[in-house]
Amino acid sequence: MDLITEGILRAIDLILTGDPEVLSITALSLFVSLVGTLLACLWGIPISAALALRTFHGKRILKGLFNALIGVPTVALGLYLYLLFSRAGPLGYFQLLYTPYAIMIGQAVLVTPIVVSFAASALESVDPDLRMLARTLGASEFQTYGVVIKEAFWGVVLAVIAAFNRAFAELGIAMMLGGNIRNLTRVLTTAIALETARGEIALTIALSFILLGIVMSLSIAINLARKPAP
Amino acid sequence: MTPYVEAVDITKHYDGVHALERVSVAAHLGQVTTIVGVNGAGKTTLLKILAGLDMPSAGRILIQGRESSQDELRAHCTMVFQRSVMFGTNVYNNVAYGLRTRGIPSEELSSRVESALVLVNLDGFEKRHARKLSSGEQQRVAIARALALERDVLMVDEATANLDPANAMIIERAIEDSARSRAVLLSTHNLHQARRLSDRVIHLYRGQVVEEGESPRFFAKPQDERTKLFINGELQF
Repeated sequence: MDLITEGILRAIDLILTGDPEVLSITALSLFVSLVGTLLACLWGIPISAALALRTFHGKRILKGLFNALIGVPTVALGLYLYLLFSRAGPLGYFQLLYTPYAIMIGQAVLVTPIVVSFAASALESVDPDLRMLARTLGASEFQTYGVVIKEAFWGVVLAVIAAFNRAFAELGIAMMLGGNIRNLTRVLTTAIALETARGEIALTIALSFILLGIVMSLSIAINLARKPAP
Repeated sequence: MTPYVEAVDITKHYDGVHALERVSVAAHLGQVTTIVGVNGAGKTTLLKILAGLDMPSAGRILIQGRESSQDELRAHCTMVFQRSVMFGTNVYNNVAYGLRTRGIPSEELSSRVESALVLVNLDGFEKRHARKLSSGEQQRVAIARALALERDVLMVDEATANLDPANAMIIERAIEDSARSRAVLLSTHNLHQARRLSDRVIHLYRGQVVEEGESPRFFAKPQDERTKLFINGELQF
């Protein structure tokens, strides 16, 4: 119990004094997960719009596939991407393994199903008559997508936040593709795993406070900012 | 006189349902043409096709005698639906939406929005959230939104169904006013309303036109047995 209390007090001290190592790990974590999430949005939101608003063969299968991929074990995905990026792998030429770029790409792949499934659900929940209304008021088909996305804005934002939180809090991909190299690829989750093994409880608790704090603050902030639908 | 908008031999089938079977109707500028019929007769389907919102399985739609694409139909017609659908914003932005998509300059846009709201007694409601209005007020916003566009053809699908008499009267008055410069196509199963507003009446039954004619004659001397039964409230469907 003393160890935990001491750890918590030391953790608070590390955070309040702005320990350089804690700050650098946090900054890298935020940057890597932000880029990974933005990459996933780049292709995930157009895919979700197509799934929600267009009709085509295989749509239901594709939706089912994205839903199933939400639960993919990060260790398995990490392994496949490791094989892809490793020196002998098809993308070995780019020497991405053990760089922050590998983590960003891995996280982008990991959270794409979250962006697609959650954003598609938000878009599908918009009253379908709104598109017909926009059409009869002179909107082009493209403009009707704008109407739907505007209506589903907060649902899409929640999809993006859920994706970011998943990327920010995942361990397997960051460990396997990043390698947990100090000052290069060490992020919050890999640092927590390493420091726990080394018995650095205070640092571990400090890092976990930051991890939990950021994840929870984001979710709470979005819920507060979201206006209830009339 | 060439009708402003005309449906010729329109057929619509979907999922094994024959919604419309070789239906021909016409609407003229300055007139209210009302399509009457029981629920499920095909009135909404016909209006959606005429408004360019749905494709017929067969048949043609003509604007001023010329066959028109769906894009051309949407450029000439606008439709008010039975269930009022509001954008999640205030009344002003709802009415202004169609004008903005057409790039109308802001001064003209404001004046057209204001005029349209006056027509439905909603001046002063500009900043109210549209979805927080009563259903009658929402339907009046829908009418104002359509009138602000100043299209040549206005289609109104059961717009006063389930509304109280006060709201229904305001909407009817706006429709009558707008018919002076437009072709209005109205669908209703309310015969009193059809009698009050229509120049011509078309009776649609199970996807087919069974009778049409000038309003006074249609109601005074119906020719078709099903129309007689419908007017007397005895038609089974």
